[in-house]
Amino acid sequence: MVDVLSDTNTGITPAEVVDVELYHPKSWWTTYIFSQDAKVIAIQYALTAMAIGMVALVLSWLMRLQLGFPGTFSFIDPSQYLQFITMHGMIMVIYLLTALFLGGFGNYLIPLMVGARDMVFPYVNMLSYWIYLLAVVVLVATFFVPGGPTGAGWTLYPPQAILSGTPGGNEWGIILMLASLILFIIGFTMGGLNYVVTVLQARTRGMTLMRMPLTVWGIFTATVMALLAFPALFVAAVMMLLDRALGTSFFMPTLQEMGQLMKYGGGSPLLFQHLFWFFGHPEVYIVALPAFGIVSDLISTHARKNIFGYRMMVWAIVAIGALSFVVWAHHMYVSGMHPQFGFFFATTTLIIAIPTAIKVYNWVLTLWRGDIHLTVPMLFALAFIVTFVNGGLTGLFLGNVVVDVPLSDTMFVVAHFHMVMGVAPIMVVFGAIYHWYPKITGRMLNDGLGKFHFWVTFLGAYAVFFPMHYVGLQGMPRRYHDIGETSFIPASAHDLNAFISVAALIVGAAQLVFVFNLAWSLFKGKEAGGNPWGATTLEWQTPQTPPAHGNWGKELPIVYRWAYDYSVPGAPRDFVPQNEPPGGFAVQGARA
Amino acid sequence: MAETALTNTVVPHPRPPGWQGIVADWSSDQRAFKNVPWGKAMMWIFLLSDTFIFGCFLLAYMTARMSTTVPWPNPSEVFALEIAGHHIPLILIAIMTFVLISSSGTMAMAVNFGYRRDRVKTAILMLVTAVLGAAFVGMQAFEWTKLIMEGVRPWENPWGAAQFGSSFFMITGFHGTHVTFGVIFLIIIARKVWRGDFDHGRRGFFTSRRGNYEVVEIMGLYWHFVDLVWVFIFAFFYLW
Repeated sequence: MVDVLSDTNTGITPAEVVDVELYHPKSWWTTYIFSQDAKVIAIQYALTAMAIGMVALVLSWLMRLQLGFPGTFSFIDPSQYLQFITMHGMIMVIYLLTALFLGGFGNYLIPLMVGARDMVFPYVNMLSYWIYLLAVVVLVATFFVPGGPTGAGWTLYPPQAILSGTPGGNEWGIILMLASLILFIIGFTMGGLNYVVTVLQARTRGMTLMRMPLTVWGIFTATVMALLAFPALFVAAVMMLLDRALGTSFFMPTLQEMGQLMKYGGGSPLLFQHLFWFFGHPEVYIVALPAFGIVSDLISTHARKNIFGYRMMVWAIVAIGALSFVVWAHHMYVSGMHPQFGFFFATTTLIIAIPTAIKVYNWVLTLWRGDIHLTVPMLFALAFIVTFVNGGLTGLFLGNVVVDVPLSDTMFVVAHFHMVMGVAPIMVVFGAIYHWYPKITGRMLNDGLGKFHFWVTFLGAYAVFFPMHYVGLQGMPRRYHDIGETSFIPASAHDLNAFISVAALIVGAAQLVFVFNLAWSLFKGKEAGGNPWGATTLEWQTPQTPPAHGNWGKELPIVYRWAYDYSVPGAPRDFVPQNEPPGGFAVQGARA
Repeated sequence: MAETALTNTVVPHPRPPGWQGIVADWSSDQRAFKNVPWGKAMMWIFLLSDTFIFGCFLLAYMTARMSTTVPWPNPSEVFALEIAGHHIPLILIAIMTFVLISSSGTMAMAVNFGYRRDRVKTAILMLVTAVLGAAFVGMQAFEWTKLIMEGVRPWENPWGAAQFGSSFFMITGFHGTHVTFGVIFLIIIARKVWRGDFDHGRRGFFTSRRGNYEVVEIMGLYWHFVDLVWVFIFAFFYLW
């Protein structure tokens, strides 16, 4: 830490990179639609992701209606229920969270925060969005093809994923789903290469890696991980597509279907699980690391205090990223494995708790004796810490083989997973939108509506997922359309299920307030000015708000300090922007 | 790609020893990789990602091959040809490998002449590389045709495990697609070199950026990678 600060006294090195030649749009189409500007692409990504996310939200309503009041809603049949859970999971994890954090926040914040004019290859960046949009369109198309979308569960385990007993299994659903995933990965790779190279090679003068805001560290590390993890999903999707379309047997063992011996034979369903989870576990952190980074900046800014243990925060992000590649088989304990492998993967899984705990302690210590402003972004950031600790602790249970095996197919896993990877990152998404909306639009979001949205969402999410742990411990299985009469599930669990469903409906409806706030504040929101939160990072120091094409006017900013100079003794203001030269405040500071 | 010629990286103070020095190097001002243009950095990272794709394909194939209970067809026999009355195992694959490795040689020469700004030689060598690449794909097409005529399908073959055909078509198909894309881009870039785009700093149609001869080297990275992948496919699929 000490050398981060002392760096401010050394000279600034001359520019190593000639200022880039930007593509200057010539028409309305190339300015707003086929735009090569990272900021426009970011908004396109975010709006698309949120739109498809609303679809997934409605699907979760339908699921909860069925689970809370089984038998009441005759229009939800078992096949549809399976289709709903599959599409809900797939959309939320990949098409909403991954796209929003990396494509949305990554595109908007990376160039601005590292002091670049744009991503390094804007044209490729534009293609990335359009291929993502195509992937979303293909995904949506599955709702309208014969047989409907696939109902294989978001993990798409073979052999059931391509058998006729699964909705969409022998029709178009699974084919389009796999095609959509392949497209998503191609599109993401184009964007991801841009984010990584921009962070590595296009920073402004003075912006060393160890001065970058943690937001950029989180998004950067997550993108590197995604570039190494998505290939496994790509390969799995290609192979399953061949199994389904050409009749190869990569994942398909010898099977009988409806009394008929199928043409398949000799394949390994376990192979798919390995490939899927080699992607699937890093995916959890691909979503979590940007959230970690963003929440660090939100807490530091709104508590007016430097982040505690910046270097440790960076190393924790990197360590979590690296470790997450050697834990994948903890999703496969129930698939059966050699006990020594179980031991290995349980150990690596539990080791991840160390860097994660470092981060949580550092967030709390950042808050300690800070000047905490309970703004809407801060409320969401605090909610994230609570939710994440909660979900993380149940993760420690589930990381152990003997605990995982009985709990694996119950609602306990659903509750854990939604706490840690659903609610927690979504809290950060909301916090980040409330935080950066003023920079993106020039207007503040409405505070009252924001607080209402926060409290309903936060308390509602707890009302949904807290009881779900208990229901799971009672033995309530997941992925069941209707559990019917069972001796081991008490009546109270059914009552709780109804309660959860009502809470879920309310939380979902509260998101309309948020959407309304976004639209209303665009025209009627309070003028924000350039830096309404008094933040230090570069994106708040742009000459225009919203930032213009090229971000910085004539001269690129020069960075003299790290991103967390809040409440520096002697400084005239309680924050010192990263681009404020040293001595600038020391002179004025003499009055203090 | 705009920053080609700049080599003015300064080291402000001596590096700390050991790990701290490594961290200081990586996290240094403005660029982690000094004097590496954006396009080249991007190609390296893309190739790393692509390595994972081919790695997953090959591991999946090896899993299938090791776990199958049906005998695996003998590649030496399957890929043998009768030439002038002689039965020569793996001869076509040997020629394909020779052609592809040779194309790496001509590509390396093209990169060399590119840095000397020798417009004509660069373009010609790139075209030679493209021709060799196209020949490789052509021979692959011949090989596919031969196997299909003999009854090999993705879902079955006359000699043993069905996964033989599945893996063969999938892996060589994916690699062949890479080579084909490489040939297309070789021709596109050779045309730009020939036209003198990189001597006059002509602006790209979509990007409005000025190109330069580094594109030749970046193309070379991709091409050598595709060759290297073939070496692994050759070793693991044909020689195993």
